[in-house]
Amino acid sequence: MATAPVLPGGFELPLEPRLPRLGSVDAVALEERAASLATRSIKREAKLFALDLAIRMMDLTTLEGADTPGKVAALSSKGIRPDPSDPNIPSVAAICVYPNLVPYAVQRTKGTSVKVAAVATAFPSGQSSLEVKLLETREVIEAGAHEVDMVINRGAFLSGRYAEVYDEVVRVKEVCAGRAHLKVILETGELGTYDNVRRASLLAIAGGADFIKTSTGKLPTSATLPVQLCMLEVIRDVHEETGRVVGMKAAGGIRQSKQAVQFLVQVHETLGLAWLTPDRYRLGASTLLNDVLMQIRKERTGRYQNPDYFTVD
Amino acid sequence: MTERLPVQKTYKLFIGGAFPRSESGRTYLALGANVACASRKDLRDAIRIARQAGGGWSGMTAYNRGQVLYRIAEMMEMRQAELAALCSGPDEVAAAIDRMVWYAGWSDKLAQVIGSANPVAGPYFNFTVPEPTGVTGILAPLPPLLGLVSRLAPVIVGGNTAVVIASESHPLVAIELAECLATADVPPGVVNILTGLRSELAPVLASHMDVAALDLTGADGDGAELERLGAENVKRIVRGRADSQSPYDIAAFLELKTVWHPIGM
Repeated sequence: MATAPVLPGGFELPLEPRLPRLGSVDAVALEERAASLATRSIKREAKLFALDLAIRMMDLTTLEGADTPGKVAALSSKGIRPDPSDPNIPSVAAICVYPNLVPYAVQRTKGTSVKVAAVATAFPSGQSSLEVKLLETREVIEAGAHEVDMVINRGAFLSGRYAEVYDEVVRVKEVCAGRAHLKVILETGELGTYDNVRRASLLAIAGGADFIKTSTGKLPTSATLPVQLCMLEVIRDVHEETGRVVGMKAAGGIRQSKQAVQFLVQVHETLGLAWLTPDRYRLGASTLLNDVLMQIRKERTGRYQNPDYFTVD
Repeated sequence: MTERLPVQKTYKLFIGGAFPRSESGRTYLALGANVACASRKDLRDAIRIARQAGGGWSGMTAYNRGQVLYRIAEMMEMRQAELAALCSGPDEVAAAIDRMVWYAGWSDKLAQVIGSANPVAGPYFNFTVPEPTGVTGILAPLPPLLGLVSRLAPVIVGGNTAVVIASESHPLVAIELAECLATADVPPGVVNILTGLRSELAPVLASHMDVAALDLTGADGDGAELERLGAENVKRIVRGRADSQSPYDIAAFLELKTVWHPIGM
């Protein structure tokens, strides 16, 4: 296996013997810092700015067995124009769907700024052969997806076969290269420790990830503030050592505006203003959008809102 | 042996079946006691919880809802002395308990009295059935206990959920009543009672888009402004009497739905 120059000093490959020693995250300090950042009070203009930003960074997602072309069409329309009664509300960053539904989302979002992201590589479990994963990636790109959300092979990761995880990311990246952005889902809820989250983040970045993403959204524990902070610190370390820019996507379990603002505060505090753009940070969510719209209207009218007055995606 | 220090009661809010302090940490002095001074955020939370509780409460059988109201009366009966000490006295408590029982009996009779089977020219059965309006905001009038019970009981017996702003000058008995509600199998969130400054809370309650009806019986002077705020989502506005006892007080918080059903299907 080759060395990976994108990693900070001391992190050179080969991975197998080294990665187990790359962890050591101070879990107590991490959680404490995440909790203290979450107490920031963001009000009025700052809140409106954050909510507007949250919409522009949102990957509006539907990943259900019951998804239909009709639902994806409706979701795409909502993503393009989230609040039909208010033209000042921006479009979301992307629509995130299963591979079969990519053509419908592409058709609906053609000519707009909204991109199409597809989950691939046997999402959400990743328990399939590499050939199948590569084929799926190729298919979604050919169908027009601008972004590919792949899952890492947790089975291999947890049994210590880091090289296998790394190689899969590299192979998928080869398929994506130049044609689609690659987001690598770590599924932190299955990794167990912050040490593992840090290791998996480095592995994904070394493999060529454009974004690292917390979760699939299919587990009860998805994106949490400490986990995001852990990943952001990896991104910061890589950026400081090598200058390479890696994006972050928090997904799963972010349903309320307040949570979204807390995630954004953390990004700002850890990586600075440069990361507060849709090119470098994304929020994967579905129900969050309506809550954000309600909060924006509350700020503008002074009235607390009722979900009945907002469109169901 | 030193004399024992009695445990003093802290008067808090009643939201979602729990007794939290105001998230703002504020209190105000009423009748010599420190009472929680609810903030707009507390009110917003209470309304959200009342809305969540609505489905379960309106979905219970009418008979079951009546039993719960009857049990509120039972709990009030057990706490007569405490309630009497915080309002005008035992007579008011007795009247309030009787009123609760009276409304409890109405729960499974509403549909027959307020609803109807309508004669229509065609092969259809035509029914009108009452349904709850939804989350109801109540500005509790005086007298502090009887006024509150007289306005609260008709709202919840029909399947609505309530967010009550207790009398600003006499809030203690409302929280004592909350002790009865908390032990009476009233599902959490069906009744939420806030104590605080009415001038601060009432406009937020009236303008909230998630509140479907508003009982302004206890409004003093600011009724017109509150009605104006409530017009945005066409709230059902009710101005009743603080001591009334009538099935039409229940009907005021019900929507009538008419259904046509083909005969012979």
